[in-house]
Amino acid sequence: MKTILLLSTKEMREGLRNRWVVAATGLLAALALTLTFLGSAPTGTVGAGALDVVVISLASLTIFIVPLIALLISHDAIVGEIERGTMTLLLSYPVRRRQVLLGKFLGHLAILAFATCVGYGLAAIALLVTGKAMIGAGSWAAFMTMTASSVLLGAVFVAIGYLVSALVADRATAGGIAIGIWLVFVVLYDMALLGLLVADQGRAVSGGTLDALLLFNPTDAYRLLNLAGSGDIATASGMAGTIQTAALAPAALLAALAAWVVAPMALAALAFSRREL
Amino acid sequence: MSLNVELKSVARHYGRVKAVDGVSFSGAPGEVIALVGHNGAGKTTLIKLMLGLARPTAGSVAVLGQDPAAGDAAVRRRLGYLPETVSFNPALTGRETLWFYVRLKGGRKGEENALLERIGLAHAADRRIGTYSKGMRQRLGLAQAMIGTPAVLLLDEPTTGLDPELRQQFYAIVREMQAAGTTVLLSSHALNELEGNASRVVILNEGCKIADGTLDELRHIAQLPTRIRLKTTEGGAGRLREWMGEPAGLRQINGHIVEIDATPEDKAAFLRRAAGEGAPFEDLDMVPPGLDELYAHFLSGRASR
Repeated sequence: MKTILLLSTKEMREGLRNRWVVAATGLLAALALTLTFLGSAPTGTVGAGALDVVVISLASLTIFIVPLIALLISHDAIVGEIERGTMTLLLSYPVRRRQVLLGKFLGHLAILAFATCVGYGLAAIALLVTGKAMIGAGSWAAFMTMTASSVLLGAVFVAIGYLVSALVADRATAGGIAIGIWLVFVVLYDMALLGLLVADQGRAVSGGTLDALLLFNPTDAYRLLNLAGSGDIATASGMAGTIQTAALAPAALLAALAAWVVAPMALAALAFSRREL
Repeated sequence: MSLNVELKSVARHYGRVKAVDGVSFSGAPGEVIALVGHNGAGKTTLIKLMLGLARPTAGSVAVLGQDPAAGDAAVRRRLGYLPETVSFNPALTGRETLWFYVRLKGGRKGEENALLERIGLAHAADRRIGTYSKGMRQRLGLAQAMIGTPAVLLLDEPTTGLDPELRQQFYAIVREMQAAGTTVLLSSHALNELEGNASRVVILNEGCKIADGTLDELRHIAQLPTRIRLKTTEGGAGRLREWMGEPAGLRQINGHIVEIDATPEDKAAFLRRAAGEGAPFEDLDMVPPGLDELYAHFLSGRASR
């Protein structure tokens, strides 16, 4: 455990020194603040609460940005260290390979969690300071859920990045594959799913099949968890219709996201343990 | 005396490539063993086998009495390793980097400061590694290998890219470690610098061990001639050649310098004669066969077999 903590501390320190933490936090904060002020402008008299609108905007933003940041910091975690020669050195120390993987994971997760909480927290604080609107407890809960699940979504893509990093032979390949994975999960999968639904016209694809298909993409699980979570938000985000057909409870969505962390991590550990340096 | 490192007919094949094939040798405490060979001769693979990063296809490897691939933490703590190319994170300082490795190995608190002092990097300890020169980075690499005064030190091409002065400092540290009872294994293709620094030389070619012994032993086996260079007054070469009896293989370098290659037996006889009165030369230099010649000899012997 001490070893894992030491490794994760080093990862965090490197993240700070390499400006990764600053860059990720700054990016998320800037986008969140922009969305907060643009998003809250028209809501004065509309039924949706100011924070609800922010949650919806930020959740949509998260789906694009957080996986990208997570893949960027994780894709060279293993293959990069192998190329630099520090991995052989590290493994000549009394360290097990799964400790290396877990230590890096905790370090990278801490960086992501910091960036997300600070970035989105700033947006919420800005709203509190400037807005006169009353924010209900339900909205706060939705905001907390959104922030926490954003970190979880980040963890998913960190784990996927490690799997890529453990499998490929060089950093450039890892980077290419990481971008491909981002495109598939964030853009192409949903387009394909939409195309399928339109072409199918509700004949063969049942509600159950659709639910299963949504769970196979972690960003969809995240989207459902946040946009269709509570009644107000679901109405405001236009996802209320989905809720009635999709029978996915938040617990199932969280379980799906957790599985999306554990499975790639386990596969990455397996690939890494078999890898000859 | 127990052996720190013991390899028994170790082989490591990658598909059809035999990176290491049937190599045996052992290292006792206080021995400095040089693994010598061309690039691709199997030096790095041997070191990885001793680190447990690669598993042998056949044979057995024991480091400090254990199979290194088992990854026993107690063994790893007594093992130091310097990779051939290591690039530490350029954003961290030397002290931070060394602190991390000391902690990872369970070293003494503050050991990184003592090591930085010993390796001559104390003045640059709080600078980012990105600003270090090649020699400084290599010294930092050596410092991390020395954490905890290891019983076995594995150094992969440690002096490549170092200037002569740093090389001297480096071997001075190796000798200190040797005196403390460390088994040092270092790979190299710069052979001349091993003279006086390596207690034993293992010559590798295409994954096979082709020679193993002290430099003197290897010279004896190889029976390589010593080059004797004689200097006489300007224009006196003719008389010198006459006096020497025009031996076969005599080379006249210029008007006053001639060279001969003397086998170990001829050498003594020649020197006795040269010590007599009236030998027509002013100066005499003897160049014993260097490692380069030895290496070439063993390699050619291999090829003709």
